[in-house]
Amino acid sequence: MTWESSAITITTLLPIVGALVIILVPRDRDRMVRGLGILFTGAALVLSIAIAVGFDYGTDGLQFVLDVDWIAAIGARFHVGIDGISMPLYVLTFLLSFLCAVYTWRFVPEPGRTKAFLALMLLLETGMAGTFIAFDLILFFVFWEMVLVPMYFLIGIWGSANREYAAIKFFLYTLFGSVFMLLGFLALYFSGPDPHTFDLVKLTEFGAGGGFTHTFQLIVFGAIALGFAIKVPMWPFHTWLPDAHTEAPTIGSVLLAGIMLKMGTYGFIRIALPVLPEGAQAYAPWIGVLAAIAIVYAALACLAQRDLKRLIAFSSVGHMGFVMLGIATLTEIGIQAAVFGMVAHGVITGMLFFCVGSIYDRYHTRQIAEIGGGMSQRMPKLAGVFAFVAIASLGLPGLAGFWGEVMALLSAFRPNEALLDGQVGLFRVLMVAGGVGTILTAGYFLWMLQRVNMGTMPERWNEHAFGDIHSVEWMSWTPLLVLILALGLFPRLIFGVSQEAVSGIMAVLGAGG
Amino acid sequence: MVAAVVTAIAAAEAETTGVATGAIQYAWVIALLPFIAAPLILFFGKRTPGQGAVFGIAALGAGFVMALAVLFHFVTGGGTYAPEGIEWFEIGPLHLEVGQYVDGLTAVMLVVVTAVSLAVHVYSLGYMHGDVRFTWFYVVLSLFTGAMLTVVIADNLLLLLVGWEIMGVCSYLLIGHWYEEHENSSAAIKAFITTRIGDVPFLFGIFALIFATGFTTTNIAEIGESIAGPEASSALVTAAALLLFGGAIGKSAQFPLHVWLPDAMAGPTPVSALIHAATMVAAGVYLVGRMFEVFVHADPFVLTIVSVIAAITTLGAAFLALVQDDIKRVLAYSTLSQLAYMVAGLSLGPEGVTAGFFHLFTHAFFKALLFLGAGSLIHAVHSNNMSDMGGLKDEMPVTFWTFLIGSAALAGVFPLAGFWSKDELLVGAWEHNQWLFFVLLAVAVMTAFYMTRCVLLTFFGRYVGEGHPHESPPVMTGPLVGLAGASVVVGFLGAPQLGAVFGDWVYFEHPHDADFVFWVAVVGTLAAAAGILGGYRLYRERRERDPLMAFPRAWNVLQHRYYIDDAYMRGIVYPIRDRASAGVNWTNQHVLDGAVNGAAWVTRGLATFISWIDRTFVDGVVNAVGGLTGATGGLLKYLQTGNVQWYAVLLFAGVVVLTIVFVQIA
Repeated sequence: MTWESSAITITTLLPIVGALVIILVPRDRDRMVRGLGILFTGAALVLSIAIAVGFDYGTDGLQFVLDVDWIAAIGARFHVGIDGISMPLYVLTFLLSFLCAVYTWRFVPEPGRTKAFLALMLLLETGMAGTFIAFDLILFFVFWEMVLVPMYFLIGIWGSANREYAAIKFFLYTLFGSVFMLLGFLALYFSGPDPHTFDLVKLTEFGAGGGFTHTFQLIVFGAIALGFAIKVPMWPFHTWLPDAHTEAPTIGSVLLAGIMLKMGTYGFIRIALPVLPEGAQAYAPWIGVLAAIAIVYAALACLAQRDLKRLIAFSSVGHMGFVMLGIATLTEIGIQAAVFGMVAHGVITGMLFFCVGSIYDRYHTRQIAEIGGGMSQRMPKLAGVFAFVAIASLGLPGLAGFWGEVMALLSAFRPNEALLDGQVGLFRVLMVAGGVGTILTAGYFLWMLQRVNMGTMPERWNEHAFGDIHSVEWMSWTPLLVLILALGLFPRLIFGVSQEAVSGIMAVLGAGG
Repeated sequence: MVAAVVTAIAAAEAETTGVATGAIQYAWVIALLPFIAAPLILFFGKRTPGQGAVFGIAALGAGFVMALAVLFHFVTGGGTYAPEGIEWFEIGPLHLEVGQYVDGLTAVMLVVVTAVSLAVHVYSLGYMHGDVRFTWFYVVLSLFTGAMLTVVIADNLLLLLVGWEIMGVCSYLLIGHWYEEHENSSAAIKAFITTRIGDVPFLFGIFALIFATGFTTTNIAEIGESIAGPEASSALVTAAALLLFGGAIGKSAQFPLHVWLPDAMAGPTPVSALIHAATMVAAGVYLVGRMFEVFVHADPFVLTIVSVIAAITTLGAAFLALVQDDIKRVLAYSTLSQLAYMVAGLSLGPEGVTAGFFHLFTHAFFKALLFLGAGSLIHAVHSNNMSDMGGLKDEMPVTFWTFLIGSAALAGVFPLAGFWSKDELLVGAWEHNQWLFFVLLAVAVMTAFYMTRCVLLTFFGRYVGEGHPHESPPVMTGPLVGLAGASVVVGFLGAPQLGAVFGDWVYFEHPHDADFVFWVAVVGTLAAAAGILGGYRLYRERRERDPLMAFPRAWNVLQHRYYIDDAYMRGIVYPIRDRASAGVNWTNQHVLDGAVNGAAWVTRGLATFISWIDRTFVDGVVNAVGGLTGATGGLLKYLQTGNVQWYAVLLFAGVVVLTIVFVQIA
């Protein structure tokens, strides 16, 4: 086994090893458990960066490939690899997990039980990372489902008041989608090339060659897309998200928003579009419409939220709407925008959930009315960071949130000419709706800042001791804050990475992008 | 302009010696310096003497000197400098390079922005002394200046947009600087959202222009070439022009998006001088001028629309300025009115570009002066209201004389700066659009009137406020004197008798020779005189009631800003913020989520029902069926107990079984 072929396997599975090690540590060695969490997530992060450094950004196609027999009876293979679309998400997974582990050094939510908490987080990390590198549908499905269980427990055990409802809803809703997705995968298997295969590369080649009939594509795309759409979540399948986010502990929300939602959008780009291009063509206008609805709807819903965390959760629905709008245009710019939007949303919204977690830690309430404003007076640094991230989230040019949104809108100005000819008018309407969404988005974020940061602090907090940003918080947040600025100023950091791989997908989808 | 660019590039390449050429190559440094200063102030400001202001002042001081050197390049007849940019990123077919585009307009704007910003930086040492967020104020002030300079120097529309929006956020932060007051933070939000309503069309205008280049570039010069090319679609260009103008309407506070600017006066007065008078609000005008190729190639009705918007704004705002008591609001409405003057100039077509920008140039100095003078007054009497002032000319002589010069310049008194730029606009309007000429003339009368009113109410008569006001410290009066000097002399740059050199620097297509039409100058002067005289007659004695209250209905309408703000709040903001949002939230909780919870409820009910049937009717004879339904019910029961790992095991087992079955079938 060379580094080339084993790197991603080692990196992806390292967190599970960490989880096993942590389980073996005695319960009372709490510091050691937390240290091990940082150690393993940190080591995995270093390895993922090493992979990124060794990656050849000049070519399309998979690198660091390992393709070996796995479950021979059904032809499932352990086929992993990485390309320019996977890379940013893969590294982001390890980065956010590491920062969550750092955060956990100080903050373990009630009821404690650090061991189980960190072990589940590490299990989650492997599941998420694996989703982005799996090139066998069964392997993909295993990683996809592997994510559910730890997140279920993170919400169900360490969540807030209504945690059980939220956890079950999250689990069942996602599972409901997965069933259709799995049926779709099986259909691909049985109707695909001979010999039957779950191999994504082979299925993509087969699909691009027109191997699947039109009707088959319509049905199967619908089934697979439903699974992904629930995960994204696309409107109107999003109602699990606000509950899950609101109840989840801080790092659960960070990872849920930062990475897990991207599994759905990634699935569209990686599986649904290239394997079933005619399905994509037929569904694209509908996806676009749902995406635009999500943008406006979520922004309006945000205006009505009284719970800070629920507000941020709804804002995710809108941001993912921009990502889906980009995908729906079936253009190179749109898909590039989607990849950028996924990473930017991961960084920004992950950071927003960190902020909200820390605000809750100070106030022990998430109700905007109870916080009552004036945070800038007593905690100027926390308020400043919160404002910075909120402004990034509303898409200020020069910060990370801008490029994904603006390029998605640009792609809607001219959707794929070959595939979506005749839909230009529709997509321009969607573009305008997205534009209106950006105004509303600015509205709810600034209103939120007015009610939380500005004004004077209510008297009831007079006796309350507030600590501004703690050093552990600085350590876990600084990389994200730097990234928010860096991605905004140098969008090439993502566009340059995903470029070749997206061109490859465009070649499969057909010209006109 | 395209030809000019090409020749200019050649000229710039040929001319490789000399101070000016050296400076122009590094013009981008002028924009970079404040961006370096801002983080220095943020991270080290509190630990340095002067609490960090020194970084900003040093950056602006150096920038101002460099800007003068860049302008010198054009003074000595140098051409446009637009080198190839450096690669930023590429996405699909779109290649983005960032670089500088320095023509005479850029050079003039660089001088204006650095000069006014420097004055404001120095002035704020006094004005903001002792402020709780003094250091933070300077951080944002520097950041703003860098953003504005980026807008000015950018050779590409997306880079321009980056600067444009960063300005917007700085404006938001500074309007809300004293955020403890709810009114201030609301004004900040209003400013940001209202300008963003203009920015969305602006963005789509950029898209249209990108489309016009075949999705290849956002470079302004290359867009100009594509627009001028034979295959450019006229409808597309027309749409692009209208959309870009939307951005200008928002940023330059033109009707119907003018509502934010008066409220923006909630910010500290130096901010009003810099951002909301001299620079950022002029950016909309700058945008139209910079992209004038688009307006020239658009359908002519676009410029007609521009002229109508300008006329409505300049007249409507001038009326509002007549009835204000808050001195900053007088100046704010005056700014709206004068910005519209500039826009009116641009609406005249290529011939009006120089005049419009000349007015932008002169206005920046005297309006910044007036705001800083107002700040000096407010600093002294601790009130914005002219009804708390009066008789201050003896206590505050420097403020008085400089304010008087600024007012006279704004009123268009010969030979101060405003006279020359206003005269050039009037001449242009007379030659190209005569109905606009009369509007501008009427506004000239009103401008002179309300400034006379303002000067009389604040400096003359008897002091009616509290305490004993004193002249402001030298750090504040110094910038006043400097700007007053500029307000006297900068007009001569456009004086036809002196060669009107401004037209050699800032023009569209051909250097502009200002015409001097004697009777227009006379009429313009008479207009100013009429306004001053009228103001003097009505306000030379202080009265309890404003004389204009003799027209109660008009007074009332003007006090309510024509009810436009109310209409926006009641017709748009509240319905969206309170009602539409509540409706969506209700739909979300009861319809969409209701469906989800309903499905869960039905499933659970079904499971219970089946298990009841199982217990009641099915006995041992049909064990197989019972087992199956039991399993179903049991399965669903697990979902409620939260025993999910068991479910996952079952699911995976099911997958394996199904797969094996399928394999067998196949």
